[in-house]
Amino acid sequence: MKELRLMKGNEAVAEAAIRAGCDGYFGYPITPQSEVMEYLMYQEPHKTTGMVVLQAESEVAAINMVYGGASCGKRVMTSSSSPGISLKQEGISYIAGAELPCLIVNVVRGGPGLGTIQPAQSDYFQSTKGGGHGDYRLLVLAPASVQEMADFAGLGFELAFKYRNPVLILSDGVIGQMMEKVELQPHQPRFTKEEIKANTPWATYGKTDDRGRNIITSLDLDSHKQEKHVTHLAEKYQAMEENEVRYEEFQTEDAEYLIVAYGSSARISQKAVDIARAKGIKVGLLRPITLFPFPKKPLAKLATQVKGILSVEMSLGQMVEDVKLAVECKIKVEHFGRYGGIIPTPDEVVAALEQKIIGG
Amino acid sequence: MTEEIIIAGFGGQGVLSMGKILAYSGIMQNQEVSWMPSYGPEMRGGTANVTVVLSDERISSPVINSYDTAIILNQQSMDKFVDTVKPGGLLIYDPNGITHHPERKDINIYTIEASEEAGKQGLMKTFNMIVLGGFLKLKPLIQPEFIHKGLEKSLPARHHKLIPENEKAIEVGKELIKAVQLV
Amino acid sequence: MSEITKEQIRQPENLVYTKTKLLTDKALSYCPGCGHGTAHRIVMEVIEELNAQSETIGIAPVGCSVLAYEFMNIDMQQAAHGRAPALATAVKRLMPEKLVFTYQGDGDLAAIGTAETIHACNRGENITIIFINNGIYGMTGGQMAPTTLPNMKASTCPYGRDVVTMGNPLKMTELVAQLPGVRYVTRQSVHTPGNVRKTKKAIRKAFDMQKENKGLTFVEIVSNCNSGWKMTPIQSNKWMEENMFPFYPLGDIKVDGQLVK
Repeated sequence: MKELRLMKGNEAVAEAAIRAGCDGYFGYPITPQSEVMEYLMYQEPHKTTGMVVLQAESEVAAINMVYGGASCGKRVMTSSSSPGISLKQEGISYIAGAELPCLIVNVVRGGPGLGTIQPAQSDYFQSTKGGGHGDYRLLVLAPASVQEMADFAGLGFELAFKYRNPVLILSDGVIGQMMEKVELQPHQPRFTKEEIKANTPWATYGKTDDRGRNIITSLDLDSHKQEKHVTHLAEKYQAMEENEVRYEEFQTEDAEYLIVAYGSSARISQKAVDIARAKGIKVGLLRPITLFPFPKKPLAKLATQVKGILSVEMSLGQMVEDVKLAVECKIKVEHFGRYGGIIPTPDEVVAALEQKIIGG
Repeated sequence: MTEEIIIAGFGGQGVLSMGKILAYSGIMQNQEVSWMPSYGPEMRGGTANVTVVLSDERISSPVINSYDTAIILNQQSMDKFVDTVKPGGLLIYDPNGITHHPERKDINIYTIEASEEAGKQGLMKTFNMIVLGGFLKLKPLIQPEFIHKGLEKSLPARHHKLIPENEKAIEVGKELIKAVQLV
Repeated sequence: MSEITKEQIRQPENLVYTKTKLLTDKALSYCPGCGHGTAHRIVMEVIEELNAQSETIGIAPVGCSVLAYEFMNIDMQQAAHGRAPALATAVKRLMPEKLVFTYQGDGDLAAIGTAETIHACNRGENITIIFINNGIYGMTGGQMAPTTLPNMKASTCPYGRDVVTMGNPLKMTELVAQLPGVRYVTRQSVHTPGNVRKTKKAIRKAFDMQKENKGLTFVEIVSNCNSGWKMTPIQSNKWMEENMFPFYPLGDIKVDGQLVK
């Protein structure tokens, strides 16, 4: 029988990480994601799988612990919420530059600054356009359910190692705090020393006579080499765009209008679609699952079918820019959002659709 | 069937755990569920609320602006949620501490004197289960065997000896629920 | 007299010194006269003596020794400025059987990385920190460091460090020695052959203790920066003896978890 549990999103990602063979978690408390580390500490996975869980002195230290662990070819992760993720940006940039695999979870709260502890989606730019200094991208997964919080832990590690690139799970206070039914995957063992040697021959696990030194660095004082390196990174991001776009469509077959929304906004928008359809409005929903790479092609295709698109986000309007780029401004694209920790209601989404897209 | 419920009261009244037991019982009965709490400083000594959705289908939004049922355990929550009950919907409240009783005419209203009864019977720890019992009497969405399983899943093993007491409280609640207004 | 050829000199019987295989053949990027090269050499010699090349992971800092990984023939990671103890913490926790050390300068360890240093020490991570203190930011061109002496000149305190407005030099080594997680703390130098021998012994001791998992070991090496101090190498060593050592006295500070004196 399937193992079903009622779990918070924060707990689900933690449990799924243990089961995905995670070697180490390094974190620092911040609302609304503290349950991730609390759950891990309570489970004591060092006694079962050998996974290390460590409360660091700061988010800065935590992400640099991730850098150190990832450099050893280990499956390592951290989690935080918006202000803490800002602190981690230095380390994330180094990790991307040094091409290290790791998993980062952001349970977004409203900003800027200390902002609010309530849910928001105002870290979209930071997540999808780099975040720290330099030319780089994270592969960004946006869960819309507790089940996906669990599923994306394993998927995140898989993609991180596939591309030697940090993967970000961009969640929010709704998905992190709510409980839903979760079907958990069976345990996957942690990497053995032999697997690390075979799968991550670049890792720093001690130089042996059969190979040269392994150096993990993001530094190249020779600008020509650095340019080459950044070009190589760009090729990786291109490959992600070609291979890793994930999205979901609801009731788009006959849609005359389209809502684009991710994460908890997609859940709210799905209900808005039901309400609007009951009123006779033919509207569908496209939910990007990967925010980078962004589902440009399916959006461009739907743009030839629908009359207008409403981008729904819990922000002032960030993803809406990518939506406009994807449809090359050929049709009307408007943004609707609540922000500062306010969650839009399905009725508000329907009203915005009627006012900004249908009536406008 | 989809039932959208808000449970709201003071922090410490067992609002969140009542929702969790309801949600876990729903899973045991093979339903889709979601449980969305209020969180953060407002929980510390202030008000707590949780939205629970039980459904036969995949649940769209866990965040809702109108409810089939509101279970209200203090005045602040009454003020905040009385107008969010759908017309024809259900409002259950414990009159203890309520100074402004609901005046809506388009909803079904019941009271449950749970805190008073819990005090009398020495069941303060299972106060929330008395309230849950009242709700289940009116809307028997979950069969008792699944409530039992839900309690087993929700409570840590060391508290499993308290399950009979919780089930007793649910029965007490079923007797205690009183109609005030029916539409 | 006929010329003696190189080949005639390079005979095994004439060999009095050879560099450890744990240093690469790359020419050191440090200024002539700088203590970093010697410090690199003795750290690598100790690792060779321990036969621990395959067991050792080093963490390079940001600062003059940012390129330490170019010279040390072991697996290395290059950390963001100040974060080396955080990297080392994870490496050691995930691979407790390995020998893990950080190699950090004073700006890295005692300014931007203060939190990482203190907390790694306080957690008693089983790592070794090699701390090169030359009282100045060498890499960026001679700015004031947290360890710059009172009245000492640097490019960002051109009239000398005014402790009233710029604060006092930070004795991180004495500070971390107070923490129960720290097992061994010593302050040494590499400016004379005798001091080099002592420092090498101290590094050996630190690595030996790390193998016993008894807590963090911390070796400060007070060093010179003849370029930053705008002196000749010989002048800089003399200046170091006369000015740095009185403020940063050499010797053991904590041994076997007990403060000395």
